[in-house]
Amino acid sequence: MTSTPTPPVGGLPAKAPGKTVDRSRESSAARVRKRLSTTAASVVAVVIATVWTLPTAGLLISSFRPEEEIKNTGWWTFFTDPQITLRNYGDVLFGTASQGQLASYFVNSFVITVPSTVFVVVLAALAAYALAWVDFPGRDWVFLGVFALQIVPLQMSLVPLLSFFSEGVTVAGVQLMPAWDLQGALAFTNVWVAHTIFGLPLGIFLLHNFVSQLPRSLFEAARVDGAGHGVLFRRVVVPLVVPALVSLAIFQFLWVWNDLLVALIFAGGGVETAPLTVRLAELAGTRGEEWQRLTAGAFVSIIVPLLVFFSLQRYFVRGLLAGSVKG
Amino acid sequence: MPKSPHPRATVAASLSLVFLTGGCAYLEGGGSQSADPDSPECEAFSQWQGNEGTVSVYASIRDEEAERMERSWQQFADCTGIDIQYEGSGEFEAQVQVKVDGGNAPDIALFPQPGLLARFIDAGDAVPAPDSVRTLAEEGWSEDWLNYATVDGELYGTPLGANFKSFVWYSPTYFSENGHEVPQTWDEMIALSDAIAADGVKPWCAGIESGDATGWPATDWIENVILREQGPDVYDQWVGHEIPFNDPQITEAFDRADEILRNEDYVNGGHGNVQTIGTTSFQDAGMPILDDECGMYLMGSFYAAQWPEGTTVGEDGDVFAFNLPPVDPEEGTPVMGGGEFVGAFADRPEVVAVREYLATAEYANSRAAEGAWFSAHQGLDLDGLEAPTDRLGAEILRDPETVFRFDGSDLMPAAVGAGTFWRGMTNWINGEETDVTLDYIEDSWPS
Repeated sequence: MTSTPTPPVGGLPAKAPGKTVDRSRESSAARVRKRLSTTAASVVAVVIATVWTLPTAGLLISSFRPEEEIKNTGWWTFFTDPQITLRNYGDVLFGTASQGQLASYFVNSFVITVPSTVFVVVLAALAAYALAWVDFPGRDWVFLGVFALQIVPLQMSLVPLLSFFSEGVTVAGVQLMPAWDLQGALAFTNVWVAHTIFGLPLGIFLLHNFVSQLPRSLFEAARVDGAGHGVLFRRVVVPLVVPALVSLAIFQFLWVWNDLLVALIFAGGGVETAPLTVRLAELAGTRGEEWQRLTAGAFVSIIVPLLVFFSLQRYFVRGLLAGSVKG
Repeated sequence: MPKSPHPRATVAASLSLVFLTGGCAYLEGGGSQSADPDSPECEAFSQWQGNEGTVSVYASIRDEEAERMERSWQQFADCTGIDIQYEGSGEFEAQVQVKVDGGNAPDIALFPQPGLLARFIDAGDAVPAPDSVRTLAEEGWSEDWLNYATVDGELYGTPLGANFKSFVWYSPTYFSENGHEVPQTWDEMIALSDAIAADGVKPWCAGIESGDATGWPATDWIENVILREQGPDVYDQWVGHEIPFNDPQITEAFDRADEILRNEDYVNGGHGNVQTIGTTSFQDAGMPILDDECGMYLMGSFYAAQWPEGTTVGEDGDVFAFNLPPVDPEEGTPVMGGGEFVGAFADRPEVVAVREYLATAEYANSRAAEGAWFSAHQGLDLDGLEAPTDRLGAEILRDPETVFRFDGSDLMPAAVGAGTFWRGMTNWINGEETDVTLDYIEDSWPS
C-alpha cells in the first residue's frame, strides 16, 4: 500500500527455529488485524467503497431520469431538480421492438449461461480429480498442456471454431467430420460448446489445485474401505471442494452472462438465440440516438449477476481464500 | 419392500418428453407464416414466387431502424415464401469478416463502406450481381453511385439507403427573427457567420466525440471542404491516394476548415471553447441550436433522429438543414454522402430474388413509407417521404446537376479511414499544427 519500503522487523532472526517463527507470525497477523480495524482504516475503506460505487449509483439515478435530462445534464442535478420517470425501463422491457422485448433475450441468456456453467463445473471437477489422483502415464504433461492453454487468447480460436461448426473438419480433401449446421434454437449447442471449451482450462487448473491439496490419508482410508474412483469422487472429493466448485460456478456464470463476443459469433443476433448482452448492444440504435436506454438496460442485466453473487457470496470468499492460503 | 417410483420424478420425466416432442418444430426454427400467393396484394411479387427458402441478411442497422426495414420487406416475404432472417449488429464491420472466414457467411450483407465490400470482392468471397440485378441497378442509380460497387467492370452490389453528409442544420425561426438567410455560396456563409457572431451568438457548434470512433465528424468536415474547394477529381485522387494526404491542395482545404472549426469567434456554440469540440458527443453537439445558442451545425441527414420529441423539423420549423454551399457555384452542387450497398455471398435463386427486390423502386417506396429513410433511387416517389429533410436530401441526390461523392474515410484503407484520420483530426481540433497532422496521416498510409 505505502510506497516507502518497510524496514525488516527488528530483533527477529532471519532463520529462527520453528517455534519462534510461529510466535512471530501470530503476532504479526494480530498486528495487521489491529491496524486494519482502526477508525482511520475504516474511514479509508468507506471512502474507497463510496468512490467505487459512485458511478454505478449515478447510472442508477440516471436510469430513472427523463431522456432530455439524461442527455443534457449530469445525474447529480437530480438532487436539485428531481424528475422521475419509468419510461426508460418501459422502453427497455416492453419497448416498441416488435420482437425485441427484453424478456425473450433474458430467457436466452439463461439457456446459454446455465448449461455452460454446469458443463464447465462438472467436466472440470472430473478432470481435476483424474489429473490429481488417478495415476496414468503422461498425467503431468496433460496438466501442463491444460495449464498452457490458458495463455491462448480466445479471439484466436474464434474463426477456427466457427469453421469447425459450419464447415466440419476436412483434412486433405477428406471430410472427417460433417458440418453441424444447427438451425434455429438448436444453435444454442454451438454457444454451449464454445463457452465450455473456453472455460475449461481455467476451471481445471483452479480445481486441480484444490483437489490435489486434499490429504492422501483420506483417499487411502476410503480405498481400504473398498471405494473405487467413482465413489471416491462422489463421496470424498465433491463434498470437500464444494466452496471451490461454487466459486468456479460464479466465475463461469458471470463470465458467460456478461459475454458479448462469443455470443455474437456463435449465437448470432436473432431473437431465437441472442442473449441479453447482444440486445443491449443494439438498444441504443444504429447511431446511438437512444443511448438513454442503456442506463435502464444496464440495470436490468445487472440484476441476475447481483443475485447470483450475493446468494453465493459466502462460498465465493471461502473458495478464493482456500486457493490462496495454504497450511 | 419394493420402492414405488417417485411420483414427482414420473411427472418431470413425462413433462420433459412432452416438451421435447412439442418443441422440436420450434427448435428447428421453421414455420414462417405466409400470405395467399394468389391474392391481389401479392400480384406485384409474382415474378419472385416459386423460390421459397431462407435468406439471411446481416447489417449494422439495428433497433428501430431495423424494425422499419423488416416491415418494409414483410409483404415481399409473405407473398413469395422467402423467409428473410435479419440480424443487425453494432460490430458488423469486424464480425462480417469473422463470419466469412469461419465459413458462416450471411447470404446478403448490407455494407455501409464500399471499401469493406471491395475487400470481399478481392478475396473472391462476394458474388457478382446477376444481369437481372444489374439492369435494375442501372435503371435506379446514377453512375456516381454504381461505380462504388463496381470492380473491373463487374457490379457486385446495389445501393440501398442513402445518407446526406453535407447537411448544415440551423433554426429557421432564429434565422428569420434575425433577418438571416440561407447562404448560397461559401463567402455568404462566412459573412453570415460574422453577422451571427456580431450578435453575440457563436455561429457554429461541433462535436466529434463518438466513443471508439471519436474524430469521424471532423473527417466529414474536411471531406466536404475538399470536395468544394478542389472539386471531385482532386477528391477522388486524394481518396485513392494518387496524391499524398499532405498535398498542398489538401492543406488549402484544411486552412479553409480551420477558419471555422478552430476559430474562437465561431465555435463552440452552447458548449464552450474550441477544445470542447473534442469532448462533446456528436449526438449532443447540435442541441444548442434549439436554444439559439448556436447558429449552424454540419452533420448528416441521420441527425434528424436526434432531435428530442416535439421538435418540428421543416422549412418553417424549429430546425431544418441546407446543403453546405459550394465555394464556386459554377462547379455544380457537390454533395458528400454515404449509404449501404447490398452485397451477397450466395447465389441461390431465393438470394437473387431478394437482391432483385431490394434494387427495385417498389422496395424503395415501401421502405420510404416506413419513414426516416431515403435513397438516391430515381424511381423513389418524393411525395412518399414524410420528413422534409429526407425529401430535401433525396431531391438533391437525384438532381442531375449534383456531383455525388462517397464519404472518403469509408473508402480509404481502414488503418487510415477508421484510424489515423480520426485520431489526427482529434489532435488537430486539440491544437495540433495542420502540417503535423497531415504528415502524421500520410505516414500511416499502408504501402
